[in-house]
Amino acid sequence: MQVVAFWALAVAAVGFGAAVFAVNSMARATFALLASFLCAGGELLLLGLAYPGVLTILMMIMEMLVMAVFMIMYMMDPGGLMPMSMVHGRRGALAIAAGVFAALAAGIVLTPWPHRQGAPPRDPAFALGEAVMGPKMPVMMVAGVAILATMIASVVLATGRGRYGGAE
Amino acid sequence: MGEATPVWAVVALPLVLAGLICSAAALDAVFCAGGRPADPLREGVRLLLQQRRRTRGADLLLMRAGVISLPVAAFLAAMVIPLGAAPVLPSSVGVVWFNAMEVVAWASLWLTGWGADSAFPLIGGYRFLAQGLAYELPHMFALITAALAAGSLDLGAVAAAQEGLWFAVWMPVAFAVYLLSALAMAFWGPMGHPLAGDVAGGVPLELAGPDRLLFFAGRLALLAVAAAAAVPLFLGGGAGPWLPAWAWSLVKTYAVLVPLVWVRQRVPVVRMDRFMQVAWTVLIPATLLQMLVVGLVVLD
Amino acid sequence: MSLQAFLLLAAALFAVGLYGALSQQSVVMLMMGLELMINGILVAAGAFWHYVAPGAADGQVLLLVALTVMALEMAAGFAVVTALYRAREVDTTDDAGDLKG
Repeated sequence: MQVVAFWALAVAAVGFGAAVFAVNSMARATFALLASFLCAGGELLLLGLAYPGVLTILMMIMEMLVMAVFMIMYMMDPGGLMPMSMVHGRRGALAIAAGVFAALAAGIVLTPWPHRQGAPPRDPAFALGEAVMGPKMPVMMVAGVAILATMIASVVLATGRGRYGGAE
Repeated sequence: MGEATPVWAVVALPLVLAGLICSAAALDAVFCAGGRPADPLREGVRLLLQQRRRTRGADLLLMRAGVISLPVAAFLAAMVIPLGAAPVLPSSVGVVWFNAMEVVAWASLWLTGWGADSAFPLIGGYRFLAQGLAYELPHMFALITAALAAGSLDLGAVAAAQEGLWFAVWMPVAFAVYLLSALAMAFWGPMGHPLAGDVAGGVPLELAGPDRLLFFAGRLALLAVAAAAAVPLFLGGGAGPWLPAWAWSLVKTYAVLVPLVWVRQRVPVVRMDRFMQVAWTVLIPATLLQMLVVGLVVLD
Repeated sequence: MSLQAFLLLAAALFAVGLYGALSQQSVVMLMMGLELMINGILVAAGAFWHYVAPGAADGQVLLLVALTVMALEMAAGFAVVTALYRAREVDTTDDAGDLKG
Protein backbone atom coordinates (compact mmCIF):
# COMPACT_ATOMS: atom_id res chain seq x y z
CA MET A 1 0.00 0.00 0.00
CA GLN A 2 2.73 2.42 1.03
CA VAL A 3 4.91 1.33 -1.85
CA VAL A 4 2.10 1.93 -4.32
CA ALA A 5 1.46 5.34 -2.80
CA PHE A 6 5.16 6.16 -3.00
CA TRP A 7 5.49 5.31 -6.67
CA ALA A 8 2.21 6.98 -7.62
CA LEU A 9 3.22 10.17 -5.83
CA ALA A 10 6.77 10.00 -7.22
CA VAL A 11 5.62 9.65 -10.83
CA ALA A 12 3.04 12.37 -10.33
CA ALA A 13 5.59 14.71 -8.72
CA VAL A 14 8.07 14.37 -11.57
CA GLY A 15 5.33 14.40 -14.20
CA PHE A 16 3.80 17.62 -12.90
CA GLY A 17 7.29 19.06 -12.55
CA ALA A 18 7.99 18.37 -16.20
CA ALA A 19 4.57 19.72 -17.14
CA VAL A 20 5.56 23.10 -15.68
CA PHE A 21 7.90 23.65 -18.61
CA ALA A 22 5.70 21.96 -21.20
CA VAL A 23 2.32 23.70 -20.92
CA ASN A 24 1.59 27.00 -22.60
CA SER A 25 -0.62 28.67 -20.07
CA MET A 26 1.12 30.33 -17.13
CA ALA A 27 -1.80 29.53 -14.85
CA ARG A 28 -1.48 25.86 -15.72
CA ALA A 29 2.29 25.96 -15.25
CA THR A 30 1.91 27.46 -11.78
CA PHE A 31 -0.63 24.91 -10.72
CA ALA A 32 1.37 22.06 -12.21
CA LEU A 33 4.21 23.19 -9.96
CA LEU A 34 1.79 23.34 -7.03
CA ALA A 35 0.64 19.79 -7.78
CA SER A 36 4.28 18.67 -7.83
CA PHE A 37 4.80 20.25 -4.40
CA LEU A 38 1.68 18.62 -3.03
CA CYS A 39 2.98 15.23 -4.19
CA ALA A 40 6.33 15.95 -2.51
CA GLY A 41 4.43 16.89 0.66
CA GLY A 42 2.62 13.56 0.39
CA GLU A 43 5.99 11.78 0.18
CA LEU A 44 7.06 13.51 3.39
CA LEU A 45 3.85 12.31 5.05
CA LEU A 46 4.73 8.79 3.90
CA LEU A 47 8.08 9.16 5.64
CA GLY A 48 6.29 9.81 8.92
CA LEU A 49 7.05 13.52 8.85
CA ALA A 50 3.55 14.78 9.56
CA TYR A 51 4.46 18.34 10.49
CA PRO A 52 6.93 19.15 7.69
CA GLY A 53 4.66 17.42 5.18
CA VAL A 54 1.57 19.40 6.09
CA LEU A 55 3.66 22.55 6.40
CA THR A 56 4.94 22.03 2.85
CA ILE A 57 1.37 21.67 1.60
CA LEU A 58 0.24 24.79 3.48
CA MET A 59 3.17 26.96 2.46
CA MET A 60 3.27 25.89 -1.14
CA ILE A 61 -0.42 26.59 -1.73
CA MET A 62 0.02 30.14 -0.46
CA GLU A 63 3.33 30.61 -2.26
CA MET A 64 2.07 29.37 -5.61
CA LEU A 65 -1.00 31.60 -5.42
CA VAL A 66 1.25 34.60 -4.85
CA MET A 67 3.43 33.32 -7.67
CA ALA A 68 0.40 33.13 -9.97
CA VAL A 69 -0.15 36.85 -9.49
CA PHE A 70 3.41 37.63 -10.57
CA MET A 71 3.32 35.15 -13.42
CA ILE A 72 0.28 36.78 -14.90
CA MET A 73 1.72 40.22 -14.26
CA TYR A 74 5.05 39.73 -16.00
CA MET A 75 4.57 37.13 -18.69
CA MET A 76 3.87 38.38 -22.17
CA ASP A 77 1.32 35.70 -22.87
CA PRO A 78 -0.03 34.41 -19.57
CA GLY A 79 -3.03 32.62 -21.05
CA GLY A 80 -1.03 30.75 -23.68
CA LEU A 81 -3.26 32.13 -26.42
CA MET A 82 -0.41 32.74 -28.84
CA PRO A 83 2.01 29.87 -28.33
CA MET A 84 5.57 31.07 -28.58
CA SER A 85 8.91 29.79 -27.48
CA MET A 86 10.35 31.32 -24.35
CA VAL A 87 13.39 29.12 -24.00
CA HIS A 88 17.05 29.49 -24.81
CA GLY A 89 19.79 26.89 -25.01
CA ARG A 90 17.25 24.09 -24.87
CA ARG A 91 19.58 21.32 -26.04
CA GLY A 92 22.39 22.31 -23.73
CA ALA A 93 20.03 22.60 -20.79
CA LEU A 94 18.56 19.18 -21.54
CA ALA A 95 22.01 17.65 -21.80
CA ILE A 96 23.21 19.23 -18.57
CA ALA A 97 20.05 18.20 -16.71
CA ALA A 98 20.29 14.65 -18.01
CA GLY A 99 23.99 14.51 -17.14
CA VAL A 100 23.35 15.77 -13.62
CA PHE A 101 20.58 13.24 -13.14
CA ALA A 102 22.79 10.41 -14.41
CA ALA A 103 25.62 11.45 -12.10
CA LEU A 104 23.31 11.76 -9.11
CA ALA A 105 21.64 8.45 -9.88
CA ALA A 106 24.97 6.69 -10.20
CA GLY A 107 26.07 8.17 -6.91
CA ILE A 108 22.81 7.15 -5.26
CA VAL A 109 22.99 3.57 -6.47
CA LEU A 110 26.71 3.05 -5.90
CA THR A 111 27.19 4.75 -2.54
CA PRO A 112 27.11 2.37 0.41
CA TRP A 113 24.60 4.24 2.53
CA PRO A 114 24.97 3.95 6.30
CA HIS A 115 22.53 1.83 8.21
CA ARG A 116 19.74 3.35 10.15
CA GLN A 117 20.73 4.66 13.54
CA GLY A 118 18.18 5.21 16.24
CA ALA A 119 14.41 5.16 15.96
CA PRO A 120 12.01 7.97 15.11
CA PRO A 121 10.77 9.80 18.21
CA ARG A 122 7.15 9.33 19.18
CA ASP A 123 6.31 12.84 18.05
CA PRO A 124 8.77 14.08 15.39
CA ALA A 125 7.22 17.55 15.41
CA PHE A 126 7.95 17.87 19.12
CA ALA A 127 11.55 16.70 18.55
CA LEU A 128 11.92 19.31 15.81
CA GLY A 129 10.63 22.02 18.10
CA GLU A 130 13.00 21.02 20.87
CA ALA A 131 15.90 20.95 18.41
CA VAL A 132 15.34 24.42 16.97
CA MET A 133 14.69 25.88 20.40
CA GLY A 134 17.67 24.04 21.93
CA PRO A 135 20.87 22.81 20.28
CA LYS A 136 19.86 24.06 16.81
CA MET A 137 18.93 27.52 18.01
CA PRO A 138 21.47 29.32 15.75
CA VAL A 139 19.72 27.89 12.68
CA MET A 140 16.45 29.40 13.82
CA MET A 141 18.06 32.72 14.63
CA VAL A 142 19.80 32.94 11.27
CA ALA A 143 16.54 32.04 9.53
CA GLY A 144 14.75 34.75 11.48
CA VAL A 145 17.29 37.41 10.59
CA ALA A 146 17.32 36.26 6.97
CA ILE A 147 13.53 36.52 6.79
CA LEU A 148 13.58 40.02 8.26
CA ALA A 149 16.35 41.12 5.90
CA THR A 150 14.48 39.70 2.91
CA MET A 151 11.26 41.43 3.94
CA ILE A 152 12.95 44.79 4.16
CA ALA A 153 15.07 44.33 1.04
CA SER A 154 12.19 43.11 -1.11
CA VAL A 155 9.89 45.92 -0.01
CA VAL A 156 12.61 48.49 -0.74
CA LEU A 157 13.28 46.92 -4.13
CA ALA A 158 9.68 46.51 -5.16
CA THR A 159 8.17 49.77 -4.05
CA GLY A 160 7.92 52.41 -6.73
CA ARG A 161 8.33 55.26 -4.31
CA GLY A 162 11.87 54.44 -3.38
CA ARG A 163 13.17 54.22 0.14
CA TYR A 164 11.47 57.27 1.56
CA GLY A 165 7.87 56.36 0.92
CA GLY A 166 5.17 58.80 0.00
CA ALA A 167 1.91 60.24 1.13
CA GLU A 168 -0.99 57.79 1.26
CA MET B 1 -1.90 9.18 16.17
CA GLY B 2 -4.69 8.94 18.74
CA GLU B 3 -7.18 6.22 19.53
CA ALA B 4 -8.89 4.12 16.88
CA THR B 5 -11.58 5.77 14.82
CA PRO B 6 -15.10 4.46 15.31
CA VAL B 7 -16.57 3.18 12.06
CA TRP B 8 -19.76 5.17 12.46
CA ALA B 9 -17.79 8.42 12.43
CA VAL B 10 -16.55 7.76 8.90
CA VAL B 11 -20.12 7.33 7.69
CA ALA B 12 -21.47 10.13 9.82
CA LEU B 13 -19.04 12.86 8.76
CA PRO B 14 -20.41 13.50 5.23
CA LEU B 15 -23.96 13.32 6.59
CA VAL B 16 -23.22 15.77 9.39
CA LEU B 17 -21.47 18.11 6.99
CA ALA B 18 -24.39 17.94 4.54
CA GLY B 19 -26.79 18.61 7.41
CA LEU B 20 -24.77 21.62 8.50
CA ILE B 21 -24.71 22.98 4.94
CA CYS B 22 -28.46 22.56 4.48
CA SER B 23 -29.35 24.08 7.81
CA ALA B 24 -26.96 26.99 7.25
CA ALA B 25 -28.55 27.64 3.86
CA ALA B 26 -32.03 27.42 5.37
CA LEU B 27 -31.05 29.78 8.18
CA ASP B 28 -29.59 32.23 5.71
CA ALA B 29 -32.85 32.18 3.78
CA VAL B 30 -34.84 32.78 6.97
CA PHE B 31 -32.65 35.73 7.98
CA CYS B 32 -33.30 37.24 4.54
CA ALA B 33 -36.30 39.51 4.41
CA GLY B 34 -39.22 37.48 3.07
CA GLY B 35 -37.23 34.27 2.71
CA ARG B 36 -38.53 30.80 3.52
CA PRO B 37 -36.39 27.91 4.80
CA ALA B 38 -37.17 25.73 1.78
CA ASP B 39 -35.92 28.30 -0.72
CA PRO B 40 -32.30 27.08 -0.88
CA LEU B 41 -33.47 23.51 -1.43
CA ARG B 42 -35.62 24.59 -4.36
CA GLU B 43 -32.74 26.65 -5.72
CA GLY B 44 -30.42 23.66 -5.38
CA VAL B 45 -32.74 21.40 -7.36
CA ARG B 46 -33.10 24.09 -9.98
CA LEU B 47 -29.34 24.38 -10.32
CA LEU B 48 -28.99 20.61 -10.60
CA LEU B 49 -31.28 20.60 -13.62
CA GLN B 50 -29.96 23.81 -15.16
CA GLN B 51 -27.78 23.57 -18.22
CA ARG B 52 -24.11 24.45 -17.86
CA ARG B 53 -23.01 27.68 -19.44
CA ARG B 54 -19.68 28.09 -21.17
CA THR B 55 -17.66 31.13 -21.94
CA ARG B 56 -15.41 31.35 -24.98
CA GLY B 57 -11.80 30.58 -24.22
CA ALA B 58 -12.58 29.23 -20.78
CA ASP B 59 -9.93 27.01 -19.21
CA LEU B 60 -12.38 24.30 -18.21
CA LEU B 61 -9.76 22.10 -16.54
CA LEU B 62 -8.68 24.82 -14.15
CA MET B 63 -12.21 26.04 -13.54
CA ARG B 64 -13.49 22.57 -12.66
CA ALA B 65 -10.47 22.00 -10.43
CA GLY B 66 -11.28 25.24 -8.63
CA VAL B 67 -14.97 24.48 -8.15
CA ILE B 68 -14.46 20.89 -7.02
CA SER B 69 -11.56 21.62 -4.69
CA LEU B 70 -13.73 23.95 -2.59
CA PRO B 71 -16.07 21.32 -1.04
CA VAL B 72 -13.30 18.71 -1.10
CA ALA B 73 -11.01 20.94 0.96
CA ALA B 74 -13.81 21.62 3.44
CA PHE B 75 -14.40 17.89 3.79
CA LEU B 76 -10.69 17.14 4.26
CA ALA B 77 -10.47 19.86 6.87
CA ALA B 78 -13.47 18.38 8.67
CA MET B 79 -11.74 15.00 8.92
CA VAL B 80 -9.41 16.12 11.72
CA ILE B 81 -12.12 17.87 13.77
CA PRO B 82 -13.28 15.65 16.62
CA LEU B 83 -17.00 15.08 16.51
CA GLY B 84 -17.40 14.16 20.12
CA ALA B 85 -14.54 11.97 21.28
CA ALA B 86 -12.42 11.23 18.20
CA PRO B 87 -12.03 12.69 14.73
CA VAL B 88 -12.27 10.55 11.60
CA LEU B 89 -8.56 11.03 10.98
CA PRO B 90 -6.72 11.49 14.27
CA SER B 91 -3.66 13.57 13.51
CA SER B 92 -0.91 14.89 15.72
CA VAL B 93 -0.80 18.03 13.56
CA GLY B 94 -4.55 18.56 13.18
CA VAL B 95 -4.35 22.33 13.62
CA VAL B 96 -1.85 22.70 10.77
CA TRP B 97 -3.83 20.31 8.59
CA PHE B 98 -7.01 22.32 9.14
CA ASN B 99 -5.10 25.48 8.26
CA ALA B 100 -3.62 23.95 5.10
CA MET B 101 -6.98 22.72 3.87
CA GLU B 102 -8.65 26.04 4.46
CA VAL B 103 -5.93 27.78 2.44
CA VAL B 104 -7.00 25.61 -0.51
CA ALA B 105 -9.89 28.08 -0.83
CA TRP B 106 -7.37 30.61 -2.15
CA ALA B 107 -6.56 28.29 -5.01
CA SER B 108 -10.22 27.40 -5.54
CA LEU B 109 -11.36 30.98 -5.89
CA TRP B 110 -8.48 32.12 -8.02
CA LEU B 111 -8.80 29.09 -10.33
CA THR B 112 -12.54 29.55 -10.68
CA GLY B 113 -12.06 33.24 -11.41
CA TRP B 114 -9.24 32.65 -13.87
CA GLY B 115 -10.76 29.65 -15.62
CA ALA B 116 -13.93 31.44 -16.66
CA ASP B 117 -11.99 33.82 -18.95
CA SER B 118 -14.21 36.67 -17.89
CA ALA B 119 -13.27 39.98 -16.30
CA PHE B 120 -15.43 40.13 -13.18
CA PRO B 121 -14.68 36.62 -11.90
CA LEU B 122 -10.97 37.32 -12.36
CA ILE B 123 -11.26 40.52 -10.34
CA GLY B 124 -13.05 38.54 -7.65
CA GLY B 125 -10.28 35.96 -7.64
CA TYR B 126 -7.61 38.59 -7.18
CA ARG B 127 -9.65 40.23 -4.46
CA PHE B 128 -9.74 36.99 -2.55
CA LEU B 129 -5.99 36.61 -2.78
CA ALA B 130 -5.56 40.07 -1.26
CA GLN B 131 -8.13 39.26 1.39
CA GLY B 132 -6.34 35.97 2.04
CA LEU B 133 -3.03 37.71 2.62
CA ALA B 134 -4.85 40.01 5.04
CA TYR B 135 -6.71 37.46 7.11
CA GLU B 136 -4.26 34.58 7.04
CA LEU B 137 -1.57 35.89 9.39
CA PRO B 138 -3.88 36.95 12.24
CA HIS B 139 -5.76 33.69 11.69
CA MET B 140 -2.58 31.63 11.99
CA PHE B 141 -1.56 33.50 15.11
CA ALA B 142 -4.98 32.82 16.65
CA LEU B 143 -4.63 29.10 15.86
CA ILE B 144 -1.09 29.00 17.23
CA THR B 145 -2.22 30.75 20.41
CA ALA B 146 -4.73 27.99 21.13
CA ALA B 147 -2.15 25.32 20.28
CA LEU B 148 0.41 27.06 22.48
CA ALA B 149 -1.89 27.06 25.49
CA ALA B 150 -2.62 23.36 24.99
CA GLY B 151 0.98 22.45 24.16
CA SER B 152 -0.18 20.37 21.22
CA LEU B 153 -1.17 20.68 17.56
CA ASP B 154 -3.69 17.86 17.97
CA LEU B 155 -7.23 19.26 17.98
CA GLY B 156 -8.34 16.56 20.41
CA ALA B 157 -5.56 17.50 22.84
CA VAL B 158 -6.42 21.19 22.44
CA ALA B 159 -10.01 20.41 23.40
CA ALA B 160 -8.87 18.26 26.32
CA ALA B 161 -6.68 21.08 27.62
CA GLN B 162 -9.78 23.19 28.28
CA GLU B 163 -11.12 21.10 31.16
CA GLY B 164 -11.08 24.00 33.59
CA LEU B 165 -11.63 27.07 31.49
CA TRP B 166 -12.56 27.54 27.85
CA PHE B 167 -9.91 29.22 25.72
CA ALA B 168 -12.59 31.57 24.41
CA VAL B 169 -12.86 33.01 27.92
CA TRP B 170 -9.24 33.73 28.66
CA MET B 171 -8.03 34.48 25.13
CA PRO B 172 -10.91 36.57 23.78
CA VAL B 173 -8.77 38.40 21.20
CA ALA B 174 -7.70 35.16 19.55
CA PHE B 175 -11.30 33.91 19.55
CA ALA B 176 -12.63 37.14 18.04
CA VAL B 177 -9.92 37.11 15.35
CA TYR B 178 -10.72 33.48 14.63
CA LEU B 179 -14.41 34.27 14.12
CA LEU B 180 -13.51 37.14 11.80
CA SER B 181 -11.19 34.95 9.77
CA ALA B 182 -13.86 32.26 9.64
CA LEU B 183 -16.01 34.80 7.81
CA ALA B 184 -13.06 35.76 5.63
CA MET B 185 -12.06 32.22 4.64
CA ALA B 186 -15.64 31.44 3.61
CA PHE B 187 -15.88 34.89 1.92
CA TRP B 188 -19.13 35.32 3.77
CA GLY B 189 -21.09 38.44 4.70
CA PRO B 190 -18.85 41.43 5.47
CA MET B 191 -15.89 39.54 4.00
CA GLY B 192 -17.75 38.75 0.80
CA HIS B 193 -15.91 41.31 -1.30
CA PRO B 194 -14.73 38.73 -3.87
CA LEU B 195 -18.41 38.01 -4.57
CA ALA B 196 -19.63 41.56 -4.14
CA GLY B 197 -22.34 43.25 -6.14
CA ASP B 198 -20.02 45.83 -7.67
CA VAL B 199 -18.45 43.08 -9.77
CA ALA B 200 -21.84 41.48 -10.55
CA GLY B 201 -21.33 38.57 -8.18
CA GLY B 202 -17.59 38.16 -8.75
CA VAL B 203 -15.97 34.75 -8.82
CA PRO B 204 -18.98 32.50 -9.54
CA LEU B 205 -20.45 34.89 -12.10
CA GLU B 206 -20.02 32.54 -15.07
CA LEU B 207 -20.85 29.37 -13.19
CA ALA B 208 -24.18 27.75 -13.91
CA GLY B 209 -25.93 24.51 -13.10
CA PRO B 210 -24.20 21.88 -10.96
CA ASP B 211 -20.95 23.89 -10.95
CA ARG B 212 -22.68 26.77 -9.26
CA LEU B 213 -24.40 24.48 -6.78
CA LEU B 214 -21.08 22.86 -5.88
CA PHE B 215 -19.39 26.23 -5.46
CA PHE B 216 -21.97 27.60 -3.05
CA ALA B 217 -22.27 24.31 -1.19
CA GLY B 218 -18.49 24.39 -0.82
CA ARG B 219 -18.62 27.90 0.57
CA LEU B 220 -21.21 26.94 3.19
CA ALA B 221 -19.18 23.81 3.96
CA LEU B 222 -16.14 25.98 4.64
CA LEU B 223 -18.19 28.22 6.92
CA ALA B 224 -19.61 25.20 8.75
CA VAL B 225 -16.19 23.58 9.12
CA ALA B 226 -14.71 26.82 10.43
CA ALA B 227 -17.53 26.97 12.99
CA ALA B 228 -16.99 23.31 13.89
CA ALA B 229 -13.25 23.82 14.35
CA ALA B 230 -13.92 26.69 16.77
CA VAL B 231 -15.46 24.15 19.15
CA PRO B 232 -12.31 22.13 19.94
CA LEU B 233 -10.09 25.18 19.53
CA PHE B 234 -11.85 27.64 21.83
CA LEU B 235 -15.06 26.19 23.27
CA GLY B 236 -13.91 23.12 25.15
CA GLY B 237 -14.74 20.50 22.51
CA GLY B 238 -17.43 17.98 23.41
CA ALA B 239 -17.22 18.57 27.14
CA GLY B 240 -20.48 19.41 28.88
CA PRO B 241 -23.01 18.07 31.37
CA TRP B 242 -25.79 15.52 30.68
CA LEU B 243 -25.50 15.25 26.91
CA PRO B 244 -22.99 12.95 25.13
CA ALA B 245 -19.87 14.51 23.61
CA TRP B 246 -21.07 14.46 20.00
CA ALA B 247 -24.28 16.25 20.96
CA TRP B 248 -22.37 18.98 22.76
CA SER B 249 -20.07 19.33 19.75
CA LEU B 250 -23.08 19.86 17.51
CA VAL B 251 -24.78 22.28 19.91
CA LYS B 252 -21.64 24.37 20.19
CA THR B 253 -21.06 24.25 16.43
CA TYR B 254 -24.52 25.69 15.88
CA ALA B 255 -23.92 28.27 18.58
CA VAL B 256 -21.02 29.55 16.46
CA LEU B 257 -22.56 28.92 13.04
CA VAL B 258 -25.87 30.71 13.60
CA PRO B 259 -24.33 34.12 14.44
CA LEU B 260 -21.92 33.73 11.53
CA VAL B 261 -24.83 33.14 9.16
CA TRP B 262 -26.88 35.89 10.76
CA VAL B 263 -24.16 38.50 10.31
CA ARG B 264 -24.43 38.30 6.54
CA GLN B 265 -27.66 40.27 6.25
CA ARG B 266 -26.74 42.74 8.99
CA VAL B 267 -23.25 44.03 8.16
CA PRO B 268 -22.17 45.70 4.91
CA VAL B 269 -19.35 44.30 2.81
CA VAL B 270 -15.87 45.51 3.75
CA ARG B 271 -13.51 46.45 0.94
CA MET B 272 -10.56 44.09 1.07
CA ASP B 273 -7.90 46.83 0.92
CA ARG B 274 -9.41 48.48 4.00
CA PHE B 275 -9.58 45.14 5.72
CA MET B 276 -5.94 44.59 4.75
CA GLN B 277 -4.93 47.82 6.47
CA VAL B 278 -6.82 46.93 9.65
CA ALA B 279 -5.53 43.37 9.59
CA TRP B 280 -1.88 44.37 9.37
CA THR B 281 -1.91 47.36 11.66
CA VAL B 282 -4.40 46.25 14.32
CA LEU B 283 -5.14 42.52 14.17
CA ILE B 284 -1.59 41.22 13.83
CA PRO B 285 -0.21 43.24 16.77
CA ALA B 286 -3.30 42.35 18.82
CA THR B 287 -2.91 38.62 18.17
CA LEU B 288 0.82 38.82 18.87
CA LEU B 289 0.10 40.50 22.22
CA GLN B 290 -2.50 37.84 22.95
CA MET B 291 0.08 35.16 22.17
CA LEU B 292 2.58 36.86 24.46
CA VAL B 293 0.07 36.89 27.33
CA VAL B 294 -0.83 33.25 26.76
CA GLY B 295 2.84 32.33 26.51
CA LEU B 296 3.55 34.00 29.85
CA VAL B 297 0.61 32.18 31.47
CA VAL B 298 1.78 28.85 30.04
CA LEU B 299 5.34 29.42 31.24
CA ASP B 300 4.17 30.08 34.78
CA MET C 1 10.38 1.98 -0.55
CA SER C 2 14.01 2.54 0.27
CA LEU C 3 16.46 5.37 0.68
CA GLN C 4 17.63 4.88 -2.90
CA ALA C 5 14.10 5.19 -4.30
CA PHE C 6 13.49 8.44 -2.43
CA LEU C 7 16.85 9.84 -3.47
CA LEU C 8 16.19 8.92 -7.10
CA LEU C 9 12.92 10.83 -6.90
CA ALA C 10 14.77 13.78 -5.39
CA ALA C 11 17.40 13.62 -8.15
CA ALA C 12 14.71 13.50 -10.82
CA LEU C 13 12.96 16.56 -9.38
CA PHE C 14 16.29 18.34 -9.10
CA ALA C 15 17.20 17.55 -12.72
CA VAL C 16 13.83 18.68 -14.07
CA GLY C 17 14.16 21.89 -12.11
CA LEU C 18 17.69 22.38 -13.36
CA TYR C 19 16.51 22.00 -16.94
CA GLY C 20 13.87 24.65 -16.34
CA ALA C 21 16.23 27.03 -14.60
CA LEU C 22 18.76 26.76 -17.44
CA SER C 23 16.42 26.87 -20.40
CA GLN C 24 13.71 29.37 -19.48
CA GLN C 25 14.05 32.95 -20.61
CA SER C 26 11.49 34.47 -18.33
CA VAL C 27 12.78 35.18 -14.85
CA VAL C 28 9.52 33.96 -13.34
CA MET C 29 9.78 30.60 -15.09
CA LEU C 30 13.42 30.40 -14.07
CA MET C 31 12.37 30.77 -10.46
CA MET C 32 9.88 27.97 -10.86
CA GLY C 33 12.81 25.81 -11.94
CA LEU C 34 14.73 26.84 -8.81
CA GLU C 35 11.71 26.01 -6.64
CA LEU C 36 11.51 22.59 -8.23
CA MET C 37 15.18 21.99 -7.43
CA ILE C 38 14.60 22.89 -3.79
CA ASN C 39 11.60 20.58 -3.88
CA GLY C 40 14.01 17.76 -4.63
CA ILE C 41 16.13 18.81 -1.66
CA LEU C 42 13.03 18.64 0.56
CA VAL C 43 12.38 15.04 -0.43
CA ALA C 44 16.05 14.11 0.00
CA ALA C 45 16.22 15.70 3.46
CA GLY C 46 13.09 13.87 4.55
CA ALA C 47 14.43 10.58 3.22
CA PHE C 48 17.78 11.03 4.99
CA TRP C 49 15.99 11.76 8.23
CA HIS C 50 13.84 8.66 7.96
CA TYR C 51 16.38 6.16 6.67
CA VAL C 52 19.67 7.30 8.15
CA ALA C 53 19.25 9.11 11.44
CA PRO C 54 15.64 9.35 12.63
CA GLY C 55 16.83 9.73 16.19
CA ALA C 56 18.42 13.11 15.53
CA ALA C 57 16.42 16.11 14.38
CA ASP C 58 19.01 17.31 11.84
CA GLY C 59 17.07 16.11 8.80
CA GLN C 60 13.97 17.92 9.95
CA VAL C 61 15.92 21.10 10.63
CA LEU C 62 17.31 20.89 7.10
CA LEU C 63 13.74 20.57 5.82
CA LEU C 64 12.77 23.69 7.72
CA VAL C 65 15.74 25.58 6.30
CA ALA C 66 14.89 24.45 2.76
CA LEU C 67 11.31 25.64 3.17
CA THR C 68 12.52 28.99 4.45
CA VAL C 69 14.96 29.30 1.56
CA MET C 70 12.13 28.64 -0.87
CA ALA C 71 9.99 31.41 0.53
CA LEU C 72 12.89 33.85 0.70
CA GLU C 73 14.05 33.01 -2.81
CA MET C 74 10.60 33.76 -4.14
CA ALA C 75 10.19 37.01 -2.24
CA ALA C 76 13.62 38.31 -3.20
CA GLY C 77 13.26 37.10 -6.79
CA PHE C 78 9.96 38.81 -7.36
CA ALA C 79 11.22 42.00 -5.76
CA VAL C 80 14.15 42.01 -8.20
CA VAL C 81 11.87 41.31 -11.15
CA THR C 82 9.58 44.11 -10.05
CA ALA C 83 12.49 46.54 -9.71
CA LEU C 84 13.87 45.43 -13.07
CA TYR C 85 10.50 45.81 -14.72
CA ARG C 86 9.93 49.24 -13.25
CA ALA C 87 13.35 50.38 -14.42
CA ARG C 88 13.23 49.10 -18.00
CA GLU C 89 10.15 46.96 -18.71
CA VAL C 90 12.19 43.80 -18.98
CA ASP C 91 11.38 40.36 -17.65
CA THR C 92 13.77 37.99 -19.39
CA THR C 93 17.24 36.97 -18.34
CA ASP C 94 18.70 37.70 -21.77
CA ASP C 95 17.85 41.39 -21.41
CA ALA C 96 19.46 41.67 -18.00
CA GLY C 97 23.01 40.71 -18.78
CA ASP C 98 24.75 43.88 -17.62
CA LEU C 99 27.18 41.99 -15.44
CA LYS C 100 28.23 39.65 -18.23
CA GLY C 101 32.02 39.55 -18.21
